[in-house]
Amino acid sequence: MAVGEVMRMEIPSGGDMSVTSPELHVLAVDDSIVDRKVIERLLRISACKVTTVESGARALQYLGLDGDKGASGLKDLKVNLIVTDYSMPGLTGYDLLKKIKESSVFREIPVVIMSSENILPRIEQCLREGAEDFLLKPVKLADVKRIKELIMRNEAEDCKTLSHSNKRKLAEYIDDASSPSPSPSPSPSSSTHDDSSAKDFPSSKQMKSADEKFSSLL
Amino acid sequence: MDTLVAQLQRQFRDYTISLYHQLFWYVKGFLDDQFTELKKLQDECSPDFVAEVVSLFFEDCEKLIGNMARALDQTGNVDFSLVGSSVHQLKGSSSSVGAKRVKGLCVTFKECCDSQNFEGCVRCLQQVDIEYKSLKAKLQDLFNLEQQIVQAGGRIPQVDI
Repeated sequence: MAVGEVMRMEIPSGGDMSVTSPELHVLAVDDSIVDRKVIERLLRISACKVTTVESGARALQYLGLDGDKGASGLKDLKVNLIVTDYSMPGLTGYDLLKKIKESSVFREIPVVIMSSENILPRIEQCLREGAEDFLLKPVKLADVKRIKELIMRNEAEDCKTLSHSNKRKLAEYIDDASSPSPSPSPSPSSSTHDDSSAKDFPSSKQMKSADEKFSSLL
Repeated sequence: MDTLVAQLQRQFRDYTISLYHQLFWYVKGFLDDQFTELKKLQDECSPDFVAEVVSLFFEDCEKLIGNMARALDQTGNVDFSLVGSSVHQLKGSSSSVGAKRVKGLCVTFKECCDSQNFEGCVRCLQQVDIEYKSLKAKLQDLFNLEQQIVQAGGRIPQVDI
């Protein structure tokens, strides 16, 4: 682009602004080379972009959370989901989960924990800390499909929330710009679709996951 | 008169079933459901996926068994938690590929580590070594059969266990 050139957005002539669902980019963390190979294939076959790393430390490095300012160039692709093994040397999956939830930049990224051990207190601890879900190893295709659907559903809900608030803003703008005669107001429930209700989503997701998890264990 | 392909396909079917099923009461199947799950992940885009994963698994076995042997070799100063952590890793990867017998042995092996039973650990180590090598040979035979079928112009049958 030359200096002074303005970028024009290409609007399809049909006027269709709907976005086809983009691919999820998943960061998979596991110290086992066998499990990394399997989870990578499971995710690829489920139409996800995958990056695998062998440790919690590497995961933080990839995200640029390890304090090394130079690492930020690596993450060209936005991460939509983190899937991590629980038992790893050094940083456990739980430690990684905590670090991600403590980060203002990354805390919204859903984290799923995998473990070969069905230890209820461990599961509870992870869900309490904000894990989206907990998968028992060995991981199967059905597990990955379920997780993907859950994440896509949540992302769609977030988009709907966003587009509602955008529509409201647009309507207000039109109101201000046009004559004083009132235009029909947007749906009365729009006041609930503001930022504060979006903050409620993570905890309600957690509670739902916890219930689902517990009912399947009983 | 049976074609070569049909013969090979039948052989492949029988061999596959034998790998999963208990033939005698004291003989456990070599493979479980997870192996079937891995087969689901193989397609034209990734035609050697299963072979690649099991290859990684057998390399992992070699490495971990080496670690365990070295740790058990420190006479009088065996670090059982170190052995135990290698057993845990082996259990994990065997579970991920459907290596049923290896996984089962790891359960016993872990118990020996936890109770610091040296002789038990040594016995388990020997058994695990024999078991993974045995599985490796059997899967190699299975993959060879697949290759023969394809080379003879046939399709690899879907075997429902």
